[in-house]
Amino acid sequence: MLSDFDFSVIADSLPFLWSGLQFTLKLTLTAMLGGIFLGTLLALARLSSVAPLATAATWYINIMRSIPLVMVILWFFLVIPLLTGAPMGAENSALVTFTLFEAAFYAEIMRAGIQSVTRGQVAAGYAIGFSYSQNMRFVILPQAFRNMLPVLLTQTIVLFQDTSLVYAIGAKDLLKASEIAGKNYNRPVEMVVFVALVYFVICFALSYTVKRLSRRR
Amino acid sequence: MIELNNVSKWYGQSQVLDACSTRVAKGEVIVVCGPSGSGKSTLIKCVNGLEVFQQGEITVNGISVGAAQTDLPKLRAQVGMVFQHFELFPHMSITENLTIGQIRVLGRSKEAALAKALGLLDRVGLKEHASKHPGQLSGGQQQRVAIARALCMDPVCMLFDEPTSALDPEMITEVLDVMVELAKEGMTMMCVTHEMGFARKVANRVIFMDQGRIVEDAPKDEFFGTPRSERAQQFLSKILSH
Ligand SMILES: Nc1ncnc2c1ncn2[C@@H]1O[C@H](COP(=O)(O)OP(=O)(O)O)[C@@H](O)[C@H]1O
Ligand SMILES: [Mg+2]
Repeated sequence: MLSDFDFSVIADSLPFLWSGLQFTLKLTLTAMLGGIFLGTLLALARLSSVAPLATAATWYINIMRSIPLVMVILWFFLVIPLLTGAPMGAENSALVTFTLFEAAFYAEIMRAGIQSVTRGQVAAGYAIGFSYSQNMRFVILPQAFRNMLPVLLTQTIVLFQDTSLVYAIGAKDLLKASEIAGKNYNRPVEMVVFVALVYFVICFALSYTVKRLSRRR
Repeated sequence: MIELNNVSKWYGQSQVLDACSTRVAKGEVIVVCGPSGSGKSTLIKCVNGLEVFQQGEITVNGISVGAAQTDLPKLRAQVGMVFQHFELFPHMSITENLTIGQIRVLGRSKEAALAKALGLLDRVGLKEHASKHPGQLSGGQQQRVAIARALCMDPVCMLFDEPTSALDPEMITEVLDVMVELAKEGMTMMCVTHEMGFARKVANRVIFMDQGRIVEDAPKDEFFGTPRSERAQQFLSKILSH
């Protein structure tokens, strides 16, 4: 069986696969950075004493967390062109969708992080004269972020794996690239095996980083 | 300097401060003592608006703490506060702990803030630790840094909430020494503490609290000589017998 495998096709299609991996990484990084930024704002809104703001943030977070990601991807891809009248392309649509979706998950992590900062620290920040936003910026968020770093990274690993769902709208990520290459060379099995290995290695390296980070604390 | 007028506070149904009134004149040192849960921390946190109160009035330097139009951050910047658990910012170096308020709240230049910080670190005997992080210092050292951090803001008065009760016995003196020096320089101070040696040395008056009430508010000699209430007598004999 295994002797029937022809792994030379992988070497030939590496540049093509690399272009797919590049999009996968771009999507992961964009959704991570954008998601953490938006998620932090959502967490602040959810913890805010302004009731409408807190309610809106809670709804957004709960709705996003209760819909399968692949449906959000499809829905956004199909509906936005109807609303704006112009298609935005599978790649751009994926970038926006993932950022908005992941924000809900990062928001809950950041909320836990903010709540993990002790009352004493919050009081100390106010006591030297910080306003609410200064206290958030200089005292609370840096500590929240530091406390939650392993969890934020774990979420990013999940995000990295989930990027393969853009397959549904035909955006050319690593998985899609491997499928195209597999068809071109008529060697789909080798491609799938190789690509699975790539996903595995990257996730394994990230998990290892998380483990080291949490042990260091 | 600090005036409390019939201050009452409730947490939901339970009353934790009951018509507390007192005055702290400029340069005075007041020691607040009393059993655990009697409302000492709550009282002192009301003074710089870290806790809200429902009745009465507190003024600091003529500014009403409870008034809606009061700029609380500005008021707090003028009131130094030292906590039981130091509460230095763990993600910042000692120097950053001492400069960030000066730069971000008072608008001082980085250079001026740093000069002030190093001067005060020197004063509490910790200049060589300037670039360390709080976690690398002992409790006593951290508390001295916390005092320096408060002094960096040039406060008009200082509040202390049990500054030595989280410390190992051998570190208590180094912190009390700094506080005694501060008192002798004329700083207005309100100190929650059970260090009666400190009270005898520098306090002008001693306040005794019980169940949210100020039970005694007497000059030091009178307090240690002839405390009137039975509760205060019991409390004193308990902590002095240690
Ligand atoms: N956040 C809070 N919610 C409800 N009750 C509180 C809270 N903080 C303090 N208390 C209550 O208020 C009373 C006074 O507390 P505190 O001022 O900390 O006393 P002390 O500093 O004298 O030990 C205590 O009975 C305490 O249980
Ligand atoms: Mg207390």
